[in-house]
Amino acid sequence: MITLTHYLVVSAILFTMGVLGIFMNRKNLIVILMAIELILLSVNLNFVAFSSFLHDLVGQVFAMFVLTVAAGEAAIGLAILVIYFRGRGTISVDDVNRMKG
Amino acid sequence: MSYSTQLLMTLPELVLAAGSIVLMLVAAWGGQASTKLVSWASVALLAGAGIALAGPSSTGGAAFGGLYHADAFSAFAKVAIYVAAAVSILVAPGFFQRTSGDDLRPEYPVLILLATIGMGMMVSAGDLLSLYVGLELQSLSAYILASFMRRDTRSAEAGLKYFVLGALASGILLYGISLVYGFADTTLFDGIAEAYSAGTSGSQHTGLLFGLVFVFAGLAFKISAVPFHMWTPDVYEGAPTPVTAYFASAPKVAAVAMAVRVAIDAMGPAIFEWRQIVIFASLASIIFGAVAAIGQTNIKRLLAYSSINNVGFALIGLAAGGEEGVASVLVYMAIYVIMTIGSFLVVLQMRGQDGEQVESIASLSGMSRTRPGLAAALAIFMFSLAGIPPLLGFFAKLGVFMAAVHSGLWIFAAVGAAASTIGAYYYLKIVKTMYFDEPAPAFAGKTDLVEGGLIAISAVIISPIGWLVFGALGTWSLVAAKALF
Repeated sequence: MITLTHYLVVSAILFTMGVLGIFMNRKNLIVILMAIELILLSVNLNFVAFSSFLHDLVGQVFAMFVLTVAAGEAAIGLAILVIYFRGRGTISVDDVNRMKG
Repeated sequence: MSYSTQLLMTLPELVLAAGSIVLMLVAAWGGQASTKLVSWASVALLAGAGIALAGPSSTGGAAFGGLYHADAFSAFAKVAIYVAAAVSILVAPGFFQRTSGDDLRPEYPVLILLATIGMGMMVSAGDLLSLYVGLELQSLSAYILASFMRRDTRSAEAGLKYFVLGALASGILLYGISLVYGFADTTLFDGIAEAYSAGTSGSQHTGLLFGLVFVFAGLAFKISAVPFHMWTPDVYEGAPTPVTAYFASAPKVAAVAMAVRVAIDAMGPAIFEWRQIVIFASLASIIFGAVAAIGQTNIKRLLAYSSINNVGFALIGLAAGGEEGVASVLVYMAIYVIMTIGSFLVVLQMRGQDGEQVESIASLSGMSRTRPGLAAALAIFMFSLAGIPPLLGFFAKLGVFMAAVHSGLWIFAAVGAAASTIGAYYYLKIVKTMYFDEPAPAFAGKTDLVEGGLIAISAVIISPIGWLVFGALGTWSLVAAKALF
């Protein structure tokens, strides 16, 4: 029997992986975009699990909103990445260092 | 309540939303030639939305089943937001004309309008769902604005950093929201408050507490409070200066007002839990913002640390809680907006003989001899940010400290007041550079009439003449604070 706790644990693991993916990743900016998506999906899993457990539709509505916003966020993130690549010719995380201090 | 009455309460957002959609089409068809038209139409829309605030949108109460709150609190924050948005649209043409490479495009004012709608939703939100959607509308527009100078690699990098850390912040906030929803069984602020006062033990308490911590971490990111401030200096330095002026003012007000509403309205019964978080973030911001600013050589970076520092002071008022605390936060943010916009307008005036922007603090040397008026204005802003009487910045700080003392947080207020003297050091250093150092090459002459006028107006409001409006500001902020209790 899969209970609410199982869902929460999986979602917490996904969330942690997403956060670590942003901070530990030293190679590629695209990976950061993937990590952001992972965070949002872990949240969605939480919402849907709670929604089903509580017999309340708000959580599923919220999940739809999150999905929509995530799509917009990915589009804008990739657009910024493109102009960044045009200017610098690299998308390595280590090279994001024009400003320091 | 009928549907049309409820729509009438959201009139400011409706005006801005409909207007920005039309203007987006005008921008798409008109192209570069429509920039001027779109800019002025945007300012007119902001003025219209400001007028619309006078109606039921400031007194109506909850609308759409509690998703939207049209009260004096949101109206107060919206006025500050609209003013900041209008200023950043007005000063943009001059800035983009002078910088080589990128022109001002008609999308700029439209993006500012869209961000402003998002901020309006943030301060009016009465539900975690409308809060999230408003916040994202604001953030997504802001990411594009930060990287608006497409040929400037610093601007692109600023946009990239803002995007990654902003998206992370939204993710953390959202994770907290999902936990709060799961353990409170609702996303409405009123229902959440009931859950917090009822669930004082067991797994519900633990779940709600985790949700609270995540939500406050996300909010701290958005208001750039330490320890979630690391994006601020880079984004402020890299973004085009009119955009930086906007970032430092309007989204700050919106995020602080949103944090206040979440803390008081939704999580009010858990005040002892979140007060610890707010006190830590506040003191850390004040001290870190002051210490890290000392070594800066770039004026935009310095103002970024100054904004971190100022958010710390505003959080003192939030930690105090109660009507007085909330009112002091509102007064603080209103005065902060004027001071910070004024400072950034002065930064806009800093340009070399070829018209290129200069951002080093050293280039301000001896400005009192080459540009006495500008130097006097910047000195007023710096003294005011440092909190030196008789300028308004002093009364803003006094308000939050008094609120903290009245709610028994003596030590907290004392440490904050002591730390504000560290901050005074770097503000006064700028004044010293301007008045006592050997003159550096003068900035290019010919002041833009709009910029010069706006600098003069903000300097006059901050100066003792501003006492004339200070009484009204205090009364209004108390009315606004009462709306939350």
